[in-house]
Amino acid sequence: MSGPGNKQCDTGDGYSFAYLDEQTKRMIRRTLLKALSIPGYQVPFGGREMPLAYGWGTGGIQVTASIIGPDDRLKVIDQGADDTTNAVSIRRFFEIVSNVATTEQTAEATIIQTRHRIPEAPLQEGQILVYQVPQPDPLHKIDPRENETRKMHAYAEYGAMQVTLYEDIARFGRIARTYDYPAMVNARHLMSPSPIPKFDNPKMENNPAIQLFGAGREKRIYAVPPYTSVRSLDFDDHPFEVQTWKGCCALCSSTVSYLDEVVTDDRGGRMFVCSDTDYCNKRQADRALTTETGGIVAPDEGAKL
Amino acid sequence: MAYVAVKGGERAIINSHRLIAEERRGNPDLAELTISQISEQLGLSVDRVMNEGSIYDRDLAALALKQAQGDAVEAIFLLRAYRTTLPRIAVSKPIDTTRMTVRRRISATFKDIPGGQVLGPTYDYTHRLLDFALAAECGIGKPEAELADEPLDSVIPRVIDLFDGEGLIEADISENDEEVFDLTREPMSLPAGRDQRLQNLARGDEGFVLGLAYSTARGYGGAHPFVGELRLGEVIIEIVPEDLGFPIEIAEVTITECQMINQFRGTAEQPPQFTRGYGLTFGHCERKAMSMALVDRALRARELGEDVRYPAQDEGFVLPHTDSVEANGFVTHFKLPHYVDFQAELQLVRQLREQREADQAKEAAE
Repeated sequence: MSGPGNKQCDTGDGYSFAYLDEQTKRMIRRTLLKALSIPGYQVPFGGREMPLAYGWGTGGIQVTASIIGPDDRLKVIDQGADDTTNAVSIRRFFEIVSNVATTEQTAEATIIQTRHRIPEAPLQEGQILVYQVPQPDPLHKIDPRENETRKMHAYAEYGAMQVTLYEDIARFGRIARTYDYPAMVNARHLMSPSPIPKFDNPKMENNPAIQLFGAGREKRIYAVPPYTSVRSLDFDDHPFEVQTWKGCCALCSSTVSYLDEVVTDDRGGRMFVCSDTDYCNKRQADRALTTETGGIVAPDEGAKL
Repeated sequence: MAYVAVKGGERAIINSHRLIAEERRGNPDLAELTISQISEQLGLSVDRVMNEGSIYDRDLAALALKQAQGDAVEAIFLLRAYRTTLPRIAVSKPIDTTRMTVRRRISATFKDIPGGQVLGPTYDYTHRLLDFALAAECGIGKPEAELADEPLDSVIPRVIDLFDGEGLIEADISENDEEVFDLTREPMSLPAGRDQRLQNLARGDEGFVLGLAYSTARGYGGAHPFVGELRLGEVIIEIVPEDLGFPIEIAEVTITECQMINQFRGTAEQPPQFTRGYGLTFGHCERKAMSMALVDRALRARELGEDVRYPAQDEGFVLPHTDSVEANGFVTHFKLPHYVDFQAELQLVRQLREQREADQAKEAAE
């Protein structure tokens, strides 16, 4: 039986640094460069089978594995939280195979791998946000045949998408899309922002950080370079809007962050708390500090760009 | 308020790994399964895992099956994830199945064929009666089949080649030296060449490919198939190392090959003739090889100028959905937390309901 023991090894357990072999990393880095050169364009790549299930972040993991170095500091979130099981599992994977430092603090991270959220705290130049993407093609729901959607992208024929949004308005009086809201990148390519709530879409625009999107199962990578225009589709008389809540976070009182609804009992009890745990914890800590020193509660910061 | 943030994911994960290890072991009073027991006595299971795991290694496949508690799809996933880390040393020469050491070989098209019909090991004509002798404590001893009086020919021609002279069946696609597409290194690109399609089907989920094949014979594809030949046996794998310049044998593998013959009514340009569908698998996987051959033929619809009307003929539908590792990953990912998106949808449904009530109230008032 051939075992992992006889392969070249960096980490001592028989696998290369960050799991992927250097040839594969090089192939993915080339793909990333192409993706950054054509913002929003889905570049096919020879995605590998990863030791984590497809649909569970293999695209993001491959992107992270290709760009991470020993000096990086990695943050992994799922639903905005560092402590959800899949985020824990992916962070652990990188701790084992690359031995890099990890953090839960957005500001400290050099690479943030995310599923379904963009952190509330603004990102900085030099940071990289890696999105896990289940379905990279926003046109897939309009026509599942890739032959057709590739043509539509090539000719920038996005009328069909605008029509589906219009159909929502005709039927419901509003655009009935709440997440994975299609956006036009660099005024050329229509892009799926991954299933982030539309609340997060405006954060993608003119962001100083590099945004990389990895779809492992579908074997596509795309990117939004820093300071790029990302416009969510809308109509003049139905402008794009994000979610709002009537109340504030029950833990940190933020009125500008994305809130999760938490069921507290079986009699209809509900509370709303920040989905971004780092943002919420930080605000709670700051508040405890200012209350102790008799200061005033810090106003919401950073949640809106 | 009784809200506790969901913390401690890491401990829960580690504990769940321990629990699954305990469940996998089962009752510790019973002897633990060995890899060779699995490889020897659950051979068809091992064959399927090797085949869809795309690596010919019985021991690794048996290990994967043990680790997965016998769950074929999970074992295939384990094997694939291991396989992808292996270096690519060489590309073998095409195997020659006429030189196969045949153990089983049947044709449904002719009663007698050069080389003979060889039934070999098969469940085909067993009566599916549970054999309680296998459950007996004392076991079944050492069953042994009698040897034939004389060995089979060393070269057994393919039945389908017997037509070649008459032009009744389309010619075998000639060998070319073009580099073969490697689905494990490059993303699928449609329209797919036959190399890409056959690799995809060979790795595809047996159940899914079987279902598609079935659909083609039930009116969703108009297949009128005949098993030209189905053969099982061992073939030699050869590579040509660059510094040697001549082929050397590196392995002997068991394969199942199916040549399916299908009718083709012809077009304005082409006279009516029989067409081919091809299936090849590692190990003994007849059901898979036959299904593969049927779906291969169905997917040639466009190439042969037939209307693409049914799911099994549509490569855009078939090829992206065959892979059990991909399908299993995506379907099971719905277990992951989605509460951010669910919250967004919840908000929308509440808004839509409020608006509906308001509209209805307004209508009633009018």
